[in-house]
Amino acid sequence: MIRAAVRFLDERSGTAPLLRKGLRYLFPDHWSFLLGEVALYCFVVLVVTGVYLTFFFDPSTATTVYHGPYRPLQGVRMSEAYRSVVDISFSVKAGLLIRQTHHWAADVFVVAIVLHLFRVFFTGAYRKPRDLTYLIGVAMLALALLEGYLGYSLVDDLLSGMGLAIGYGVALSVPLVGANLASLLWGGAFPGTPAFWSRMYIAHVLLLPLAIGGLLAAHLFLVAARHHTQFRGPGRSERRLVGTPAFPGQAPRSLGLAFGVAAVLVLLGGLVQINPIWLWGPYHVAYATNGAQPDWYLGWLIGALRLMPGFDVVVGNHTLVPNPFWGGVLFPGVVFGFLFLWPAIERRITRDHGFHNLLDRPRDNPWRTATGAAMAGFVLIVFFAGSADRVDVLFGVGYATQIWVYRALVLIGPPLVFLVTWRACRELVAGEQVERARRAGEADARARV
Amino acid sequence: MRWLKDLLFAGLLFVLGDGKPVEAVEPIVPPGPPDRRAERIVLALLGLASAGAIGFVVAYAVDPLPHRTQYLGLALGVSLASIAAALLIVGRRLVVTEELAGPYPGREDHAEDRSAVERIVADSGSRFTRRGLLKAGAAAAGGALGLALLAPLTALGPVFSTTPFTATPWRRGRRLVGEDGAPLRAADIEQGTFYTAFPEGADREAMAAPVIVVRLDPSQLHLPPGRAGWAPGGILAYSKICTHAGCAIALYRKPTFAAREPRPAFVCPCHYSTFDPATGGTVIFGPAGRPLPQLPVTVDRSGVLRAAGTFSGPVGPSWWGVRSRKAQSG
Repeated sequence: MIRAAVRFLDERSGTAPLLRKGLRYLFPDHWSFLLGEVALYCFVVLVVTGVYLTFFFDPSTATTVYHGPYRPLQGVRMSEAYRSVVDISFSVKAGLLIRQTHHWAADVFVVAIVLHLFRVFFTGAYRKPRDLTYLIGVAMLALALLEGYLGYSLVDDLLSGMGLAIGYGVALSVPLVGANLASLLWGGAFPGTPAFWSRMYIAHVLLLPLAIGGLLAAHLFLVAARHHTQFRGPGRSERRLVGTPAFPGQAPRSLGLAFGVAAVLVLLGGLVQINPIWLWGPYHVAYATNGAQPDWYLGWLIGALRLMPGFDVVVGNHTLVPNPFWGGVLFPGVVFGFLFLWPAIERRITRDHGFHNLLDRPRDNPWRTATGAAMAGFVLIVFFAGSADRVDVLFGVGYATQIWVYRALVLIGPPLVFLVTWRACRELVAGEQVERARRAGEADARARV
Repeated sequence: MRWLKDLLFAGLLFVLGDGKPVEAVEPIVPPGPPDRRAERIVLALLGLASAGAIGFVVAYAVDPLPHRTQYLGLALGVSLASIAAALLIVGRRLVVTEELAGPYPGREDHAEDRSAVERIVADSGSRFTRRGLLKAGAAAAGGALGLALLAPLTALGPVFSTTPFTATPWRRGRRLVGEDGAPLRAADIEQGTFYTAFPEGADREAMAAPVIVVRLDPSQLHLPPGRAGWAPGGILAYSKICTHAGCAIALYRKPTFAAREPRPAFVCPCHYSTFDPATGGTVIFGPAGRPLPQLPVTVDRSGVLRAAGTFSGPVGPSWWGVRSRKAQSG
C-alpha cells in the first residue's frame, strides 16, 4: 500500500527524492528546540478554533437589546458584536469551550514565541546563515501582539472598549500626523464609524493570519533549508550535525507534542475561565472599570504608559509629542528596533561574518548574554509596573510610591542586570576551567602513581 | 564454519567489489527488538482517546447537562492527551532510536549556480543602451502607480480634517441629564461623590458627550482666571474622558479624613492620571499631559443644571492641534 501511495505521488509530482530526504532530515536533540514547535501548534489551534468562532460572531456595532438566557444582561442595550459573543458563550453548544480555548491559545502562543526568542537570542542561533529566519520570527511576534489585541478588541465588552480607547490615544500621539492617522483608521473621532468594526474584523480573521501564516511558511522553509543549529558535543562540528531523523525518530515526538499542546489548551479552555465578558458588560464611551488589566502580552505597554511622568512636549501652542507616544510608540519601537537590529549590531562589533551552526551556551558569550538580559530586565520591570494597581489592592503598597520606585528601577535596573549577568557568565566559565584543570591534574597524578 | 565462509565471501566482495547492486534489500532503518508491553500501553491509550472523543459527543448531545463546558473540555482534552501520550511512547519505546550524522549545507555549495544566475540576468540586458534613464522611468512609473493604488485608501476617514476632534455636543443652555435621562438638579448634587451626565438629546457615544459633575466647597476653588461663574455653588463639570489616552474617568478620590488625606481628585483607572477638580482639572499625578477640559455650568430658574457654553478646550487625548484649537459648540 505504501509502495502504491508513493508511486502515485511520485508519478504525478516527482517528489520521491524530496520525500526521501525529508524523512531522513536530522533534528538535533534539545528540549529548548521544541519551543518554536509549541508556538506553531498554538497557531494551528488558533486557526481551527478561530474559524469556528467566525461562524457565530457578528462584527457589527448596530445596537440591539439582549434577550438571551443570561439573566443579568436581560434588557441591556449592546452592540450586535457583544451580543453575538455572549451568545457564543451561553447559547452556542460548545461555544464557550471553543472561545476560551481560542483565548488561551493566543496567550500561550505569545508565551511560546517569547521563550523561543529567548532561546534563539541567548544561544546565538540568529547568526548567519539564520539571520533572515530570525528577523521573520521577530516580525511574527509583532504581528502576533497586534493580532491578539484586535482579537479581544472585537468583542466590544467594557475591557475591549477601554483597550481601543487607549489604542486611539496612542495613534493620536504620533507626532504631527497622529490625528490624520487616527482619523484614517477609525474613520473619524473615537469611537469611529461602524465600518471600523469591519476593518478590525477583516484584519483579525484574514489579513494578519495570512501574514503570520506566510511568514511562518517562510520561517519553516528557511529552517529546513539551512538545517537546525546544535549545541557542541561528540561528533558535532560546524560542518557535521548529529541528530534524530524526522522519520521514524522525530515524527512521533513532534506529533505527540502537537497533541499535547492541543490537549493542554482544550483543558484550559474547558476548565479555567478566561475573559468572562458577560461580567464586564458592553462598552460605552462614558464608562470604565477599575483594576482593568489587558492580556499578559500587552502588560509591558500598559506599564510603560503608566510609568511616564505627565507631560506633553509643546512647541508654541502646538503639541509636538503627546504623552502616550513614549510608552505606546517609542518604547515598543525601541524594543523591536533592538530585536531587529541586534544581529547587524553584533556583526559590526565582532566583525564576525562567518557561518554558525554550533550554538553558544549563554555563558560562552558574556557580552551578548548581558546585553540581552539587560534588555529583558528593562521590559520586565516596565511589565511589572503595569501591575502596580493590583499590588496596591492586594498588598496595600501605595500606588504612587510604587510608580516612583519603578521609575528609579527602570533607570538603574538594566545596567545592574547587565553587570550581574556579565559577571555570572565569567564566573561560570572560570569555574569550569578550574574544574577541568583539577581533573587533568588528578588524572596526571594517577598516571604517575 | 558456515559463518566464516560467509564472512570471507563478504570481505572478498567488499574488497574487490563487483559493481552490481546487492540483491538483498538492506534495511535503511535498523531493526530493533519488539516491546510487547509498550504496545499494550499504546493500545490502552488509544482506547482512552476513543472513549474521550465519544464522551465529548455524548456531553455535546445531552442537553440538560450542567457545567457542559467543563465536561466537553475534559473529554476532548483527555482524548487529545491520550493520543499525545501514545505518540510519545511510540517515539520512545516502539520506533528505533537512531542518532545519525550528516553534513550541514556549505557556504559555497551553489557557487556555480549563483554565478550562472548572475550571468543570465546580466547577459539578458545586452540590447539596452540607456539604462539609467530606463531605470528612472521604471521607478517613476512604479512609484506613481503605487500612489494611485494607495489614493483610494484616504476614503477610510476624513484624513485631512480635524473638525471631528474639536466637535462637541455642548452649547450654551443645553441641559445636563443623568444616566437615566432625567435632568440633573443643582440641589441634588452632593459633596463627596460624583455624577456622570450627558448633553440632553445628544449621542452619548461621542467622546465629548459625557461629563463628571461634583460639588466642592466654593471656598476651596482656585479656578484659572476667566472661569469666574463656571461653578455655581461649587458645582463643577469636567469632560469624563481622560486627556492621556481616552479612557473614561471612573474613580473619584474623596478624603475620608480631610486633615490627613490628599484632596479630592478624579482618577482614570487605565493609567491612573489624577486630576484636581478644585484648580480647573490640573494634573496632579500620572501620565496625562493636559488638564481636563472644564464645562461651564449654570443653574436655571427651575434649579436644573445647564451648560453655559462648551468645554475650555478640545476633549480627549492630545494631538498636534489640541492646544491651538477651541472646542466647538454643538
